[in-house]
Amino acid sequence: MTLRLTHAMRGAAAAAALFASALAAQAADVKPAIVYDLGGKFDKSFNEGVYNGAERFKKETGVDYRDFEVQNDSQREQALRRFAREGYSPVVAVGFSQASSVEKVSAEFPKTQFTIIDMVVDKPNVQSVVFKEHEGSYVVGLMAAKASKTGKVGFVGGMDIPLIRKFACGYVQGVKAGNASAEVYQNMTGTTGAAWNDPVKGAELAKSQMDRGADVIYHAAGGTGIGVLRAAADAGKFGIGVDSNQNALHPGKVLTSMLKRVDVATYKTFMDARNGSWKPGATALGLKEEGVGYALDDSNKAVVTAEIKAAADKAVADIVSGAVKVHDYMSDSKCPM
Amino acid sequence: MTETIDNAVFVLASALRLAVPLLLACLAGLWSERSGVVDIGLEGKMLGAAFAAGAAAAVTGNAWVGLAAGVAASVALGLVHGYASIDQRGNQIVSGTAINMIAVGLTALLGAAWFGQGGRTPPLEGAARFQPIALPGADAAAAIPVLGPIYRSLISGQDALTWLALAAAPLTAFVLYRTRFGLRLRAVGENPAAVDTAGISVRALRYAGVVICGALCGVAGAYLSVAQAAGFLPQMTAGKGFIALAALVFAKWRPGAALATCFLFGLLDAAAIRLQGVELPLVGQVPVQAIQALPYLLTVVLLAGFIGRAIPPRASGVPYVKER
Repeated sequence: MTLRLTHAMRGAAAAAALFASALAAQAADVKPAIVYDLGGKFDKSFNEGVYNGAERFKKETGVDYRDFEVQNDSQREQALRRFAREGYSPVVAVGFSQASSVEKVSAEFPKTQFTIIDMVVDKPNVQSVVFKEHEGSYVVGLMAAKASKTGKVGFVGGMDIPLIRKFACGYVQGVKAGNASAEVYQNMTGTTGAAWNDPVKGAELAKSQMDRGADVIYHAAGGTGIGVLRAAADAGKFGIGVDSNQNALHPGKVLTSMLKRVDVATYKTFMDARNGSWKPGATALGLKEEGVGYALDDSNKAVVTAEIKAAADKAVADIVSGAVKVHDYMSDSKCPM
Repeated sequence: MTETIDNAVFVLASALRLAVPLLLACLAGLWSERSGVVDIGLEGKMLGAAFAAGAAAAVTGNAWVGLAAGVAASVALGLVHGYASIDQRGNQIVSGTAINMIAVGLTALLGAAWFGQGGRTPPLEGAARFQPIALPGADAAAAIPVLGPIYRSLISGQDALTWLALAAAPLTAFVLYRTRFGLRLRAVGENPAAVDTAGISVRALRYAGVVICGALCGVAGAYLSVAQAAGFLPQMTAGKGFIALAALVFAKWRPGAALATCFLFGLLDAAAIRLQGVELPLVGQVPVQAIQALPYLLTVVLLAGFIGRAIPPRASGVPYVKER
């Protein structure tokens, strides 16, 4: 009896040793973590793009990652600090509103690699990934103008911040390029974080624009935009999705989606960290880098006519070649239109 | 001219849609407070109902099942509040706050566990949602000046719950002021001892008030997730329960005034949406922030200056203790 017990214990000890060495091997590998923005990782939009990129990384490499969905503003800093303290690196912070937290925590943990998406934080251990949303918005604006029968189109933004104005400004430029006499109605949902999560208000804003004749409505409003797309689909008009590919939410009723390839950015960050080629500094991904673009798939190929597609592709080519310059609202806080 | 009328009608229709959840929640609060139970848990009950309705409608594909689930969830939360404040004579504010907190956490948690979409319920289509009811001849009537557009865009095209909400206000007024039950319920909110002396159960009446409150909150929540939106989103009530509470004070705990107040709040909200980004004569384009503060500013001004003192039912918030 005693003998058997000792055997069992020895077996257990061996197993534990094996387990420990396996852990050690893994610790040498990369330990990525993500802190999502308000809205959560299944927002069918921005955060979900990050999630998709991380899942792709996990599937291809078998390396697991940790993530955290903040419920309020005060949790960002705590979450970042906790991941950093537990040795996670790179830590991806999603969204512009994490900038101040990243700035603070990255100074406390100079050896940890931080990546912030959608904002620039100038620290030696922070990589900033921003997107040229104005370029992508220009293209979908052009498509909206071509698809509109009334010559009136709409834009619904989430929180009223310069980043969302940048979407709006690019969109307006695209619309005017497609139809110089087109009218664009613009609405912002609110001025607080709640503006990202209010589909009822989003639907109401979309309805008010459709009442005035708009028949294509582009949203840059996270969860609020779900209401915008739904209201447009209910009324038999077109919505335009944002960030992730939202065409399939209402097949045939979403003209296209302005893609922001946060999934590519996340995947690349994780991969670079794994391969040891992760670098701090700021990168801006535009049409040229395929960081933004418009979505074309089975759900919307019937509504994107050859003419619309040709116009969109030409605009993409022109912007990539530099023949067309899209004004960036954030460069001078002004929109020429 | 036609355009102006069209615009006015569209704003009114938008105001009506925005007013419906407020009205239902406001009447819910009215029933509870008239019976002597202060209820700041309207928000939580609405949220709980919105989640239950969204979840049930998504699973069964039937909007009416969703509505029933929403009402059941809200009544259940109401009974918790009733038990704490009527039987246990607890602090009603604390109990209401607890319900608000439970609802926020529980809906997000259950939603994430059941549907795996970050607390969201699956989007609802077709019969799983309350669809607009088009009245006969709505499009034909549109040619008639003034009345045509009103009939087409304002009266026709509302969903079943909107009609229910509009019916709830006169019904509440009738029951409260014209029936024996209503008289007793009001009395129990003013002077429960007198009701008790007459041999009528204070406890039963207050529970009745709390249950009716729960049912109305349930309809309000179901309206948000199953009629106005197409699915539940965490914290989608966005403070509407508290605005309804403000409307209740504004309306001085009277059903007719509650109807008018909620419509006014809806109208301010609708106007705020419409005025955004529009060039106004003289002032030019008004900043978004100013427009969005307008409903709140007007509320403060009107409350301070125009409606006079609002006196709540005398016994509301006070647990009834029989002297022995």
